[in-house]
Amino acid sequence: MPIDYIPILAFLIFALMFAVGTIAMSSIVGTKKTTPEKMMPYECGVDPIGSARRRFPVKFFIIAVLFIIFDIEAVFLYPWAVIFKDLKVFGFIEMGIFILILFVGLIYAWKKGALEWE
Amino acid sequence: MSELIIALSIIMVKVTVVFSVLMLMVAYVPLMERKVLGHMQVRHGPRRVGWHGLLQPIADGLKLFFKEEIIVDHANKGLYHLAPVLYMTCALALYAVIPFGNEINILGRVIPLHIADVNIGILYIFAISSLGIYGVVLAGWSSNNKYSLLGAIRASAQMISYELPLGLSIIGVVMLAGSLSMVEIVNAQENVWFILLQPFGFLLYLICAFAECSRTPFDLVECENELVAGYQTEYSSMKFALFYMAEYTHIIAVSAIAVTLFLGGWRDPLMSPVVWVLERIPVLGSLTIQLIGLVPPVVWFLMKVISFVFFFIWVRATFPRFRYDQLMGFGWKVLLPLTLVNIVITAFIMIIV
Repeated sequence: MPIDYIPILAFLIFALMFAVGTIAMSSIVGTKKTTPEKMMPYECGVDPIGSARRRFPVKFFIIAVLFIIFDIEAVFLYPWAVIFKDLKVFGFIEMGIFILILFVGLIYAWKKGALEWE
Repeated sequence: MSELIIALSIIMVKVTVVFSVLMLMVAYVPLMERKVLGHMQVRHGPRRVGWHGLLQPIADGLKLFFKEEIIVDHANKGLYHLAPVLYMTCALALYAVIPFGNEINILGRVIPLHIADVNIGILYIFAISSLGIYGVVLAGWSSNNKYSLLGAIRASAQMISYELPLGLSIIGVVMLAGSLSMVEIVNAQENVWFILLQPFGFLLYLICAFAECSRTPFDLVECENELVAGYQTEYSSMKFALFYMAEYTHIIAVSAIAVTLFLGGWRDPLMSPVVWVLERIPVLGSLTIQLIGLVPPVVWFLMKVISFVFFFIWVRATFPRFRYDQLMGFGWKVLLPLTLVNIVITAFIMIIV
């Protein structure tokens, strides 16, 4: 029922107002004295070398892709878990096959070295 | 018409009360952490501001409030401001579906003590906590700082890696309760808390929860000796405070979710095995049952949440930090297969019994 979500919306607005309000108020009351040194990105006291928008290891991208695959698996498991009591043995075997296939996928990714950090 | 106004005002009152109690807890959990850590290391912790440091959170808050707001050169300003707001809002929004008490009766009106009871409560929690990761990533990327960027990439990889086993570890609970609604799950624990039926699932949830909050065994996100302060390096004044508060909000949220899913929510510990034992003890047993019955459900809920937060602090005082490859390997190679095994075993036992 959409009406169930009205309190959630109220709470969200409350939380948003709190977050924005405190930031806005503190930026009004806070002191403001800017110097070029203060505005530099922090790099342990040394002048920053180059831009911070640099490349980063592709490992993180592989983790993200794996996450999407397995997260969808998790989402598929939820509706199954809710009605598991009615499905009994049928549901158990069906989901057993599903989990098995994904388990094989995990082992494949593992053997390919996608989970290794060197 | 007047009915609608009454309903709306009840919602507003509930939201305000939950929000204020939550803010009070978020202010005092850091103090509790400093005190507990202090005493565990045989020192006192803060005790200058107020009696035993009780006014410390107010002093800290005021200090941060009046601090200068520094926006680094070449920072992406829009995203830089958006990140803490997003992070804080997502952390707070988690509380909207957690039931914190039984129904109460005020002026002949039955008021259930939860802000919202949606039939997809658990999915809502996972959706919102996934959105929180955006806050971290945007903060790290927009600050134009290498430490921030590295911290944010680490944080997001860690959070998404541990979100999988976190989501899978509570499927056992969903199977036992047969519902995704938090209120239904608490109702299903009337006889036995799910920690007794799902001890393994609880353990897995616990580990993943620590990683999700990036708490001590897994706090590589802000390990100060490598990354200065991780994604919040360039944040100052109230924006830093928002990140800091959101972290503690997240810890309390994770504790409240654990309490709701595994520890019976607002229920008192009089589940059937406990009652069975207590009934066997003469005089003292029945007295205990009566005493436990006197404590209101909301107090039980708060007590459980606070003990869980205490456990978080205790772990921080006890364990050293993981190495990053160990962390990712542990999440993918150990926790993920174990949660799948837990699901299969739970399903198997449910079919047999």
